[in-house]
Amino acid sequence: MGNGDDPQFLPLTQLERLLRSLRDAGYDCIGPQLKDGAILYQSLESIHDLPHGLSDLQSPGSYRLTENQGGRLFDWANGPSSLKPLIFPPHENLWRANKGSDGGIEFSSYTPDIAPLAVLGVRACDLAAMERMDHHFLRPEKQDPWYRKRRESLLLIVVNCSHPSDNCFCTSTGTGPESRSGYDLRLHELDDGFLIDAATDRGEEILQKLELSPAAQQMVEEAKEELERAATVQGQAVAVDDFRPIFSGREDDPIWERIAERCLGCGNCTAVCPTCFCHREEKIPTLSLDSSTHQRVWDSCFTAEHSMLHGQPVRREIRERYRQWLTHKLAGWHDQFGESGCVGCGRCITWCPVGINLVAESAAFAVPEEGVE
Amino acid sequence: MGKPRISVHKFSSCDGCQLAFFNLGEDLITLAGQVEIVHFAEAGMVAPEAEVKVAFVEGSISTPDDLERIEGIRERSELLITIGACATSGGIQALRNMRGNGWRESLYASPEFIQTLDYSTPISAHVRVDLELWGCPISSEQILHVVSDLLRGVVPSASDETLCQSCKRSGAVCTLVSAGRPCMGPVTRAGCGAVCPRFGRDCYGCTGPVSILNTSSMVHCFEGLGLLPDEVEQRFRMIHSATPQFRKLEESNG
Ligand code: SF4
Ligand code: SF4
Repeated sequence: MGNGDDPQFLPLTQLERLLRSLRDAGYDCIGPQLKDGAILYQSLESIHDLPHGLSDLQSPGSYRLTENQGGRLFDWANGPSSLKPLIFPPHENLWRANKGSDGGIEFSSYTPDIAPLAVLGVRACDLAAMERMDHHFLRPEKQDPWYRKRRESLLLIVVNCSHPSDNCFCTSTGTGPESRSGYDLRLHELDDGFLIDAATDRGEEILQKLELSPAAQQMVEEAKEELERAATVQGQAVAVDDFRPIFSGREDDPIWERIAERCLGCGNCTAVCPTCFCHREEKIPTLSLDSSTHQRVWDSCFTAEHSMLHGQPVRREIRERYRQWLTHKLAGWHDQFGESGCVGCGRCITWCPVGINLVAESAAFAVPEEGVE
Repeated sequence: MGKPRISVHKFSSCDGCQLAFFNLGEDLITLAGQVEIVHFAEAGMVAPEAEVKVAFVEGSISTPDDLERIEGIRERSELLITIGACATSGGIQALRNMRGNGWRESLYASPEFIQTLDYSTPISAHVRVDLELWGCPISSEQILHVVSDLLRGVVPSASDETLCQSCKRSGAVCTLVSAGRPCMGPVTRAGCGAVCPRFGRDCYGCTGPVSILNTSSMVHCFEGLGLLPDEVEQRFRMIHSATPQFRKLEESNG
């Protein structure tokens, strides 16, 4: 594993104790569980609720669970849920307007009441995605208090990824499969337990409560091999990190039209993407007309309202909307934040009903024209 | 200034959308204090000829009597808002538009007593409509939003994003991607709160088409899931068979 720290060994039988220690320290716990045909983060009562012996098969537009022989708990690639809803919920109450006693309007803001939350089973790509979210919501000149509160409530227990799906490409984006920073506790699953190390004081405090033994050299080797395998089995890679020179001047390229023939304009890609942060504000009215609640709601560059200027959508067609999504994610993000908006998690590929593949579509722009089709 | 007068009219429909008013619960009592409901037969107020600020119209134009009434209602209403699939796209009864009225003879013992037009059509095919609320049935929240906007003097906005957007916000797992079900979400307008997918069922499009959609790609997607042409057609021909966006199916199917 990583950067020279010496991991310890947590026997499988001690995992329940980890959960208990978290609860004793005041954390609510969530972890991956089988629900509605997918592996989702859910409130975690017991280690027995983890997806024991389950794996997944993902391809563009398809997600299926499978059984695996090994009986490990974390032998699957990310399902649809990321950290995004935990730090940037789909609906967040921001402020309220009330009719004052003097007939004027009074404004008040909502402060979310959030208990400390431990998330077990986070993957490297999602840690990287959260860092990108931080760069947006926690800019030094303008911090988002709702995001900040939720973000600070999280204790992140990552599990290194040993089972990337066919849609993953985190090796090429440099964001996985190993988690190197940004976590509190890090696990690497082996057949009869976990390598474990802490990167923060909060993580260290939990670590102190567990019965650990020093990790054998052969365990560390095994983990290293697994991570190498997970990095090299990935069947696809982004063509480049910064697409600005590639997309520049290609606004009317016929490739966009070809994508738009398949793209439904549904916006599932933006909803599952762990770095997409677009939102709109909605009011929740009351008929008595004496107050209204104002909510931040996930929006998408695929909705008409997203590009509304002077009452008209600037991007009317699916072609323009897809172009906005891809060019912002892979090029415009560099202008805004000095990095790519994509962390290679592959969710937009799996959860696109028609299996449009961001890696392949963007690669088409990177090859010389005569190479296309 | 008196309270704004509203009316609720029924045309050819099942009455389900009117129930969205009753389902407002406590808000209905508040509503009754904010507006004067002058005509709403199902609630006991009968004054169809009254002039109103806002007329809510449920149901399609399906009978000669429907045809006669709608013009007068339009003239006596400042704003006319259609509620539900029937009023907005012709409803389930518009299925007969495809096959003509031959079914009447085969289904009813005394068809001569049944007076229907050859086509079931949406209100907008006959008079100007100011706002359309899609749904089968519409929800109480849709009414709440529209009425409270109007009472504040704001132009009401109606949802125009895909069902997938609200499905994903609800945290439901996509039935199409995870189970290969022919979900209509990607071509359907949000508004129902994704009730079906939240219970593991594929959307059947009861809130109607979203304004920008790709019917032919949806058709190819369903074919890829193994649906036969007839089965694909049935997906689009349920609640909103007559809506122009779903009718494009013929072109998509080639
Ligand atoms: S663009 Fe796609 S692959 Fe990249 S982070 Fe977003 S969902 Fe994951
Ligand atoms: S790329 Fe796929 S998920 Fe995204 S809007 Fe198009 S069809 Fe929907």
